[in-house]
Amino acid sequence: MNKIQPNEKLNIHEILKDLELYHPKRRGWTWRTIEPQKIGDFTYVQASPSLKNFVPLPSARNLNNIDPQPDAVITTEIASGRFEDDIRRMRMAAYHGADHIMVIRTAGQSHFDGLLEGTPQGVGGIPVTRKQLRAQRRALDIIEEEVGRPINYHSYVSGVAGPEIAVLFTEEGVNGAHQDPQYNVLYRNINMIRSFVDAAESKKIMAYAEMAQIDGAHNANATARDAWKVMPELLVQHIINSKLSEKIGIKKSNICLSTVPPAASPTPDIKLNLPYAVALREFFSDYKMRAQMNTKYMDSSTREATVTHVLNLLISRLTSADIQSTITPDEGRNVPWHIYNIEALDTAKQAMIGMDDLLSMVNLKDVGYLYDKKREIQERAILMMEEIIEMGGYFKAVEAGMFVDSGEYPARNDDGISREQDGGVGAGTVVKRDNDYLAPVTAHFGYNNVEQYNPEFVDNPSLLIDGCTFEKPDMIQFIDELDDSDNVYLRMEKTEKYRTGDIVKPEVEWLGDGTVVVDLFFPTSIRIAEAAAIEAGKKMNLLDVEVIHKEVLHPSEGTRVQIKGTFNLDIDVKSLVLPEEVMVHSAEEITEYVKKHHIKVIAGTAGNDEHSVGIREVLDIKHGGVEKYGIKYEYLGTSVPIEKFVDAAIETNSTVIMMSTIISHDDIHYKSMKKLHNYAVEKGVRDKLILIAGGTQVTPEIARKNYMDQGFGRGTKGIHIASFILDKHKEIYSK
Amino acid sequence: MKERVDDFSTRREHLKKMSDAELKTYFLELSEKIVNPLYDLAYENTSKSIERSVLLRMGFSSIEAKAIVDHLDEKNLLRKGAGHSVYLLSKQHKISIREAGELLISGEGLDYVKEYFLNHE
Repeated sequence: MNKIQPNEKLNIHEILKDLELYHPKRRGWTWRTIEPQKIGDFTYVQASPSLKNFVPLPSARNLNNIDPQPDAVITTEIASGRFEDDIRRMRMAAYHGADHIMVIRTAGQSHFDGLLEGTPQGVGGIPVTRKQLRAQRRALDIIEEEVGRPINYHSYVSGVAGPEIAVLFTEEGVNGAHQDPQYNVLYRNINMIRSFVDAAESKKIMAYAEMAQIDGAHNANATARDAWKVMPELLVQHIINSKLSEKIGIKKSNICLSTVPPAASPTPDIKLNLPYAVALREFFSDYKMRAQMNTKYMDSSTREATVTHVLNLLISRLTSADIQSTITPDEGRNVPWHIYNIEALDTAKQAMIGMDDLLSMVNLKDVGYLYDKKREIQERAILMMEEIIEMGGYFKAVEAGMFVDSGEYPARNDDGISREQDGGVGAGTVVKRDNDYLAPVTAHFGYNNVEQYNPEFVDNPSLLIDGCTFEKPDMIQFIDELDDSDNVYLRMEKTEKYRTGDIVKPEVEWLGDGTVVVDLFFPTSIRIAEAAAIEAGKKMNLLDVEVIHKEVLHPSEGTRVQIKGTFNLDIDVKSLVLPEEVMVHSAEEITEYVKKHHIKVIAGTAGNDEHSVGIREVLDIKHGGVEKYGIKYEYLGTSVPIEKFVDAAIETNSTVIMMSTIISHDDIHYKSMKKLHNYAVEKGVRDKLILIAGGTQVTPEIARKNYMDQGFGRGTKGIHIASFILDKHKEIYSK
Repeated sequence: MKERVDDFSTRREHLKKMSDAELKTYFLELSEKIVNPLYDLAYENTSKSIERSVLLRMGFSSIEAKAIVDHLDEKNLLRKGAGHSVYLLSKQHKISIREAGELLISGEGLDYVKEYFLNHE
C-alpha cells in the first residue's frame, strides 16, 4: 500500500501488516516552501504551494474551489486514545491543510521509567510506542504523497525516559518534538538534575535527526493564576531552553519557541498580547516561532474559543509565526473530536489567508504604548535573570519558588512552584562519568572516552561497533504486542463491521462510538433547562446523556444547552435510498457556453397558482439564479395558462421553459406537466424545447414520468438548472 | 519567593539608558551565565535513561536495554557506560555485540566486566 485515491478508505489492516519490516522514508523537519502564489484572480504573498488533494473552505464553492495555503506550517493535535482511529483523522486533517501532526501522550507516560511497547488504549492521549509510531508514520508517508506535501510528525521528548524516546523518534521518523527540561521540573515534578542531564542527551539526538524542537514555556501561561503577569518569566524560560539547545547543537532554525498570547478577551486582548509578541520576536529573532493558541481562558463554548483563536491569529499576522498551532475549540470540554480538529484547521487557514500580507498595509508603532510596554517586558525579564544568577543559578531559583509566581516580576506573591534539588521523581539517579566512560554510538552528548580504543573514531564513536541503529535501521528490535488483553487487534475486531463503510454509525472520535450532539434551546432558566435537556436526550433514545455546554440567553427567558449521548443503532448503507446525484458544471464553463449559444428561458408559475418566491430564486442574478450565468429570461408571472408558456417560447425564439408548479392538490402539478408537453408537441416544437418543471413537491422522477426533460425540487440552486440546461442544450443542438 | 511589591521602576535604573540592541545583547549574555553550569553538569553525568538510549542504538530492544542497565547499576557500573560494558565483553570474548548483551542480561558476563574495570582503574 503506497498510493491511495481520495475515494478509497485507508486500510488500517494493511498499515499494520509487516510493520516489523517498515522503515520511514526520511528524517528531519520540513518547512513549507514560502513563495507568492497566483491562484485565480488573486496573488497571495505569505503563501505556499497548493495541495494535490484537499478540501477547501466552505465559501470556496463560490470561488472555483481554490484552496490557498498560508506560509506557516499548521499544526493539529490528534490523540484520542486509539491510534488506529487517529490515523483516519490525520488523513482528514491533511486534506484541510495540516502538515504538522502532534500526538499527545497518555496520562502518566512521562513518569514511566523506560519505553512502553505494544498498542494499549490511552487516556487523554495515546501510549507512544514503537509500534504505534511506526504505524502512524507509515500512514502519514502515504497521506503526504496523497496531498503532495511532507507531513511533520511530532510528539514529546520529556519525562524520565527522554533520551530513549529521542532515540525511538529518530529511528521511527518523527520529525519534531517538545523538549524542555523546565517542563519536567515545574509541571511533572521530575528531579531537576536528572531532567537537565537527560535533556542534553535528548537534544543531541534531536540535533542529529534534525528534528524541530518546541519548548514548554506555554505551560507557565496555562498554569499561572493571572496569565498575562508571567510574560517576563516566559522570556526567561524560552531563553534557558533555547540557549541550552543551541549550545548542544540543535541548529537555530530548528529551535522553536512555544509562544502563546497569554491573555484573552474580555481582557483587552491585543493590548496585552501584542507588546509581548513584539518583545519576544525582537529578543529571539534567531529562533523560530511556534504560535500556540490560548487555552487558559477556554470554556465550553466553541464559538468563544474560535474568536479567541482568531485574535491569536491576528497577533501571528501582526508579528510572525513559523508554525501556527491550532487548538480545537472543544478542548475546553473534552478530548478533541474529529470535527473540531478540522474546524480549528479551517479557522487558521481562513484567518491567515484572509490576513495575507497585512504588514504591507499597516505598521506597528515604534513609539508610545506598544514600544514602552514591549521594552518593559524585556527589562523585567532581564531583571529576573539577574536575580537568578545572584541567587546562585537556575536550581537555586527553582528551589526558592521563583517560577510561575502570580506576581508580575519583580513583584512576588509567594505562590510560585518550588522544587528541591534532591526531590522529585528520579532524584539521586544521576551518575558521574568515570575517565574511561564510553558510549560507542552516534549522537551521544558529553564526555565520551573513545580514544582509549581508537583515536580515529573520536568523531564517529559508532564505528567501534561497526555502526548503530541510526546508520543501520535493520538493527532496530521491533516488539509487537506485550498485552494480550489490550491491543489494537482486539479493538479493531470489535468495530470491524464499520470498517468497510457498508454499515455506518455516527462518530466523534472512535469508529462506531455512536456519539451525537444535540443543540437545544429551552424558554426557561438554566437549572430547569439543563434537567429538561437531559430528559429530552433520553426521550430521543440516546444513551449516556450528558450536558456539554450551556449558555444563558436570559435568566428567565431562555437557555441554550448542548447535550451529547450515544445513538446506539447501526445504519445499513444498502438500505438507504440515495437521492439522485445532480451533476454540476463550473460557473465558468456555463458562462462560456451561454456566450456562444443563444439560450433564452420562458418562466412562470403554472395554472391557478400565485407562488413566485421559489422560481425567482432560481432565475434572478441576485439569488444566484440562471441569470448569473448569462442566461436571459422572460418572466410571465403567476397563474400562467399552460399554452402561454409555449406560445411565448415560439414568439421569443426561446429554447427553455421553466414552469413552477407548487400546488399539488388533485395531482394538478402532474397534469400541468403533461399538458405542457402535449401542447408543445401539438405546436411541433417539442424537439427544440427544453421543458423543466420545478416546485416543492416535484422530484426528478415524477417530472420525467410526466414528459418533462427534468424536474427540480426543494433545495435547487440556479447552478443545478443551468448545468442541466447546458447538457440538454448540447444534446439537442449538437446533433 | 517571599511576597514583595513591584519595585520595577527602581530596579531598572541601570537598564534605562541601554539602547534596544544593548538590552538584547545583555539578555543573551545573562542567558549564557545561567545555562553554562547546566551544560557542564550534563556533560559530566549520565543516567539510566541515557544508558538505555545508548543500548537501543546498539541494537537492543527496550526490554533488553532495561535489563542490562538495571544489572550494571546494581554493580555500580553505569559510571563506565552501559554500552562500554557490552563493547568490552564483545571485544574481550570475541563475540558479537548482541551476544555480549545477552551475557549481561543473563548476568553471566557481569563479574567479568566488574573485575576488568576494577583492574583497569
